[in-house]
Amino acid sequence: MQTAIETFDLTKDYRVGFWRPRPYRALDRLSLAVSPGEIFGFLGPNGAGKTTTLKLLMQLVHPTSGHATILGRPAGEVAVKRRIGFLPENPYFYDHLTAEELLVYFAGLFGERGAAARARAARLLDLVGIGGERRLQLRKYSKGMVQRVGLAQALVNDPEVVFLDEPMSGLDPLGRREVRTLVLSLRDEGRTVFFSSHILADAEALCSRVAVLAKGRLVASGRLDEMLAFRVQGREVVAEGVSDQALARLRPRARRAQPLGPGRYAFEFDEALAPEAIVGEVVAAGARLVSLNPVRESLEDFFVKQVAGAEGAPRAV
Amino acid sequence: MWRVAVSVFRESVRDKVLYNLVFFAILLIAASALIGQLSAGQEVKIIKDLGLAAMSVFGLFIAVFIGIGLVFKEVERRSIYSLLAKPITRTQFILGKYAGLVLTLAVNLGIMVAAFYAVLAWLDATTPAVLKRAWEAPALDPAMLTAVALAFVQLMVITAVALLFSTFSSPLLSAALTFGVFLAGHFSADLRNVEQVVQSPAITGVTRALYYLLPNLAAFDVKARVVHGDPVPWTEVGLAVGYGVLYIGALLTAAVWIFSRRDFK
Repeated sequence: MQTAIETFDLTKDYRVGFWRPRPYRALDRLSLAVSPGEIFGFLGPNGAGKTTTLKLLMQLVHPTSGHATILGRPAGEVAVKRRIGFLPENPYFYDHLTAEELLVYFAGLFGERGAAARARAARLLDLVGIGGERRLQLRKYSKGMVQRVGLAQALVNDPEVVFLDEPMSGLDPLGRREVRTLVLSLRDEGRTVFFSSHILADAEALCSRVAVLAKGRLVASGRLDEMLAFRVQGREVVAEGVSDQALARLRPRARRAQPLGPGRYAFEFDEALAPEAIVGEVVAAGARLVSLNPVRESLEDFFVKQVAGAEGAPRAV
Repeated sequence: MWRVAVSVFRESVRDKVLYNLVFFAILLIAASALIGQLSAGQEVKIIKDLGLAAMSVFGLFIAVFIGIGLVFKEVERRSIYSLLAKPITRTQFILGKYAGLVLTLAVNLGIMVAAFYAVLAWLDATTPAVLKRAWEAPALDPAMLTAVALAFVQLMVITAVALLFSTFSSPLLSAALTFGVFLAGHFSADLRNVEQVVQSPAITGVTRALYYLLPNLAAFDVKARVVHGDPVPWTEVGLAVGYGVLYIGALLTAAVWIFSRRDFK
């Protein structure tokens, strides 16, 4: 099956320094493949090379070596650009235009004009929730509204593949949830979504597969459930009415005991200890059990571990 | 490409700077009418001088100040990211920007010419026939349109210069360089004369290179001759236009070449 997005040893060096420019490797031999119809999360801390990758895919920057294809064609081809949408990071559009004019202008670049273009603009602005402000010049928009215009313009051509660079940035919690819903509906319509983020909760909620980038290198990629393996690392118990004697009895067995309030503690037990045994211990100590939860490796833990490993290694040049 | 051009035009129309420039041009032409009343018999010449000069200067300001920001602003504000992800090539982007600014200039110049001819028509109607005999050329001389047309070609060259600088340097530097090219272009004949004064082959080599590199803008300046009613042969106009077109072609080719290789970090 043809891939939606594929990169082959994609590498980008920037020259830094004015007097004696030295190469700085922003992206190091990135190879990944995204299948049609999936939501692919591209994760990494700030400066990991996520935006560089997206710019390479849009041919806003030229690769130092390697290449990329979108829908089986070389990235940057006009024929490819007809079938994709792109939301840049912290997008900015022409102040002097209204949201509607901007979308009509962009629709025009895809050959749509007149009433059809205006109808499309109205539909998209309604979709991203700013239909009511479509006649307002963009200079009067808040950051979150501009972000929504950015999403609308990325969908102006009914794209098969949508690239979103930090789509949640600048949005309030409600806006984030709307964008999540929107991204899921794009997938349901059969589109491929490739999005970058440093917010892991977004990825956990949306992605079927992710790639983790650190210092320009791919440190992990694959299905979320495979990567995390949802391994139980321990069990957390919250108990009430913990007397001093009970604390003295439970503390040596727990990995961690954290006071939450008067007589209320959170204990973390080793994963080797069975849940039944833990409950027995708590009850025997004379405390009331409030909750018992497994502690799983979250994407965040995984991320921190992977990224810390990569940060320790020197950046290749 | 045409859509990019239209968008440039719309942007400049919504830019208030532009209205101010047109306003000042009109004001200047009106002022020249006042000055004209002070010097009997010379008024029509003074108005033509002032009017044509005002058009060139204001056109120059529009060309430079919009031209230098055209590409730079898109890159600086990152609006280019979403634009270049649309199905247009970088070449179309540059040519569209250029066409848009030329369109803006044409409309502005058109407005200025209309105001200019209105002032002249008013003068023509209010001057007694006796005084008109002292005029070197009729008030509504169509030859002035030749001067305006050549001034327009000159502005197109300047616009292309500004756009070329805009593809790789900051607006301030671009403005300085473009004004530099404008001034040097007007005095490029003097560069040729350096050879007769200076003996050093190194210096004459440099001045000769500059002479061929810089646009010879004096070729587009026939204002003084038109005002005095001297004829401007069509072959000269044709040559100047041809030279302008070739020069613009070279500038735009260079602009596209530079722009296509750029990384937008």
